[in-house]
Amino acid sequence: MSDKKIRLKILRQDSPTKEKRWEEFDVEWHPRMNVISALMEVQRNPVTVDGTKVAPVVWESSCLEEVCGACTMIVNGRVRQSCTALIDQISPNGEPITLAPMTKFPLVRDLIVDRSRMFHDLTKVKAWITLDGSHELGPGPRQAPENQEEAYPLSRCMTCGCCLEACPQVNDHSNFIGPAAINQVRLFNLHPSGSMHATERLEAVMGEGGVADCGKAQNCVEVCPKEIPLVDSIAQVSRATTKHMLFGWLLK
Amino acid sequence: MAQAKGIRSESGKVRRVIVVGGGLAGLMTVIKLCEAGVPVDLFSLVPVKRSHSVCAQGGINASVNTKGEGDSPRVHLEETVYGGDFLANQPPVKGMADAAPGIVYMLDRMGVPFNRTAEGLLDFRRFGGTLFHRTAFAGATTGQQLLYALDEQVRRFETVDVEDEKGIVVKGEKMVRKFEFWDFVSIVQDDTGRCVGIVAQDLKTMDVTSFPADAVCLATGGPGIVFGRSTNSVINTGTAASAVYQQGACYGNGEFIQVHPTAIPGADKLRLISESARGEGGRVWVPKDPKERRVGRDVPEGDRDYFLEAKYPGYGNLVPRDIASRELFLKCFHEKKGVYNDKTNKNELEVYLDLTHIQKDVLKHKLAGILEIYEKFVGEDPYENPMRVFPAVHYSMGGLWVDFERSADGSLVAGSPRNQSTNIEGLYAAGEVDYQYHGANRLGANSLLSCIYAGMVTGPSMATYRKNMKTSGYDSPKSTFDKAEKRERAKYTDLLKLDGKENPYGLHKELGDAMLLDCTIERHNDKLDKVIAKIDELEDRAKKVNVLDTSEHANRGAQFVRHLNNMLVLARVIAQGARNRDESRGAHFKPAFKDRNDKEFLRSTLALYKGGEKGRSEVTYVRELDYNLAGRSVHVTDSVDISLVTPRARKYEQAGAASAAATGALDGKESKKSAAATPSA
Repeated sequence: MSDKKIRLKILRQDSPTKEKRWEEFDVEWHPRMNVISALMEVQRNPVTVDGTKVAPVVWESSCLEEVCGACTMIVNGRVRQSCTALIDQISPNGEPITLAPMTKFPLVRDLIVDRSRMFHDLTKVKAWITLDGSHELGPGPRQAPENQEEAYPLSRCMTCGCCLEACPQVNDHSNFIGPAAINQVRLFNLHPSGSMHATERLEAVMGEGGVADCGKAQNCVEVCPKEIPLVDSIAQVSRATTKHMLFGWLLK
Repeated sequence: MAQAKGIRSESGKVRRVIVVGGGLAGLMTVIKLCEAGVPVDLFSLVPVKRSHSVCAQGGINASVNTKGEGDSPRVHLEETVYGGDFLANQPPVKGMADAAPGIVYMLDRMGVPFNRTAEGLLDFRRFGGTLFHRTAFAGATTGQQLLYALDEQVRRFETVDVEDEKGIVVKGEKMVRKFEFWDFVSIVQDDTGRCVGIVAQDLKTMDVTSFPADAVCLATGGPGIVFGRSTNSVINTGTAASAVYQQGACYGNGEFIQVHPTAIPGADKLRLISESARGEGGRVWVPKDPKERRVGRDVPEGDRDYFLEAKYPGYGNLVPRDIASRELFLKCFHEKKGVYNDKTNKNELEVYLDLTHIQKDVLKHKLAGILEIYEKFVGEDPYENPMRVFPAVHYSMGGLWVDFERSADGSLVAGSPRNQSTNIEGLYAAGEVDYQYHGANRLGANSLLSCIYAGMVTGPSMATYRKNMKTSGYDSPKSTFDKAEKRERAKYTDLLKLDGKENPYGLHKELGDAMLLDCTIERHNDKLDKVIAKIDELEDRAKKVNVLDTSEHANRGAQFVRHLNNMLVLARVIAQGARNRDESRGAHFKPAFKDRNDKEFLRSTLALYKGGEKGRSEVTYVRELDYNLAGRSVHVTDSVDISLVTPRARKYEQAGAASAAATGALDGKESKKSAAATPSA
């Protein structure tokens, strides 16, 4: 229906031990096309621009509507979800589109990386309510609408990894836990029953690799696709840990 | 042999059960099992936090009646059964409706940030098929928030030690072990056919491995991707359900596929715009003039056709989804009155879904999640412009057939091992993958509820089964597992050798196109015959695919070929089931058979797999079946348990028609208006 083509430049790697290489593909343009549908076109015809048949590019994706966090990658140099990367917006005049995997996580293959550290960090900060059980115990604590309005945006974190990718403090030489997990500390410490275990969560982000390692670059809040106030969360948790450090033993 | 007892098998291993799938149903099953002291291995295609449940937007139903409207679980039961056109077995629905308030309270205690009223109580909004405010919600990303809450609880169980029967900690064993990025391949069955484990594939190393289990629960979601593009996540291929169906599990009501009326058309996916948009007052319309060239917001009120409100004054924009989708299809496809597009010079398959008359801060507070999706993917501001939407395949009411045991009060017997059991002993199913709760059409905001309720039932049911079993699955002969593993490895090796000319992704597109066009909103027998012929053709061509990728590391090509083959098998169950059912009921609509036919078709469709000629799949439909459970034979038929609400004609023109309480008022010839104002009357 159209002879307009999209050029994709993709950084590929068969496995962590293999060489990196760039491959280029041309795919037909469609209305409302996004990076994922362009990659799907590559699957249907996995031939590079120089005519070489190759294995289709692999990537991670699930919901395709930016609520699951799976399809995060580096699109034209910026970390983001590839499902919301609309071709007409990122390549308005047919410029080539570059796709690369995130760099702060171990590579699996092509555009897939291993983000399991983020889930381990959720365990580390005890990002949960310690429930007595799932049996019927009546309603939860009453909460003012304002509480919900503060908690809900924090609770939309999809563990996508953008904030870690953008954070200069997250690197090979540091154990910094990163903004996402710290934000969860704030979220659960806000909740009436969650706050009963606030100290444990604060202690999990004190010391090496904890909240004090934040370098205040504020990149996290720039790249967060859900516009979570990550800098506020870090500041609040930081204050709470300081308070706990200074006066915690008095309150015990 | 004596009864299998204690935490360890005879060989000394900790006896676990396996749950496959980490959406709401799977996670709830895990939580219930852990609370019953049963250790679990949890397998998932993706990190469980990325499961398809995240996509649910609008909310979860529970008749808490905080608005003082006279709502009750009884009315919820009646409206669910009526909405489902009387095809659902009623005892499980009663169990679900009764449990719903407790479920929402539990989620509240888990920290779900539900919207609140001024008094600090949970807020509720309206959804389709009811006149009551029954739907609790967290903005417009309720599914995400519920999934996260259960995910957090399961993560907590990953840190909890297993204890033996005396309460002594078993070193090095945690209650939950997660296997993420693993693809379910098949179940392992012993000589009697009992399910004693699974075979799964690690999607990084591509290793195919068998795992023993005392019982297995599939909570693997629906098969939306069979239709190519839908509102479903790309992982929803139905591969696991298809695999166990091919191993003998019965598939129920496969032909009942829900098409959601309002989604955004897209090249890769049709993105849902939740029913909650209409629950909060959104209105559906098209311009009266089919050649209307003004943009939506400039068309004056008098030039708009609010066709749902006109035809269904009682429920208006909140008629059930099957009805709304048919009306939209009629408007756009048959009457060609969809929104006119200047550039293409035609009436597009689109109608307006309009929220612009509602205050911006209300929208932000209650619907921001979906409006953000519209803004990001369409590039228009839905606060200022009516959205343009069209129906899309959304949900499967059908799924693996599961049993239930009815209690004296018409609900479920708590902890009965029959509840949620498939016809393969030791294999359970919960969530969208089961066929149990929605009959011929699901009401909005009942899916999150049915997933969690099914998990709450399945956990105790599996725990009872495990407690009563004579021998642990762990003590089945090693050869049983070796044989299964060897079989599946060989199949995988064969996949890697496929070097034909067909592109598997291309075949999938053809399958999706055929199913979408002729097996969704309107079904005609001649066209269904063509769909079935197409499936024959695609099954033949699928044998000549090229695997495209022979890598031994993170190979997605070979995995996709496996899913494609499984999708073709399920597509046949869906299409053939639709061909056979010559009536119209809920989401299944045949213009040639416009009426519901209770005499012939008030029954579940029970499909069993049969290998056919030339390597094609075949379906056998049965009226009854027997299965073994814990040493006894259970006989079941396809008749529907209608013991609680008597079937009657399903009509949504009049307010209150869906619930008996309100129908009573209508029978008394009260005006529609008063029935609407006091739905409990």
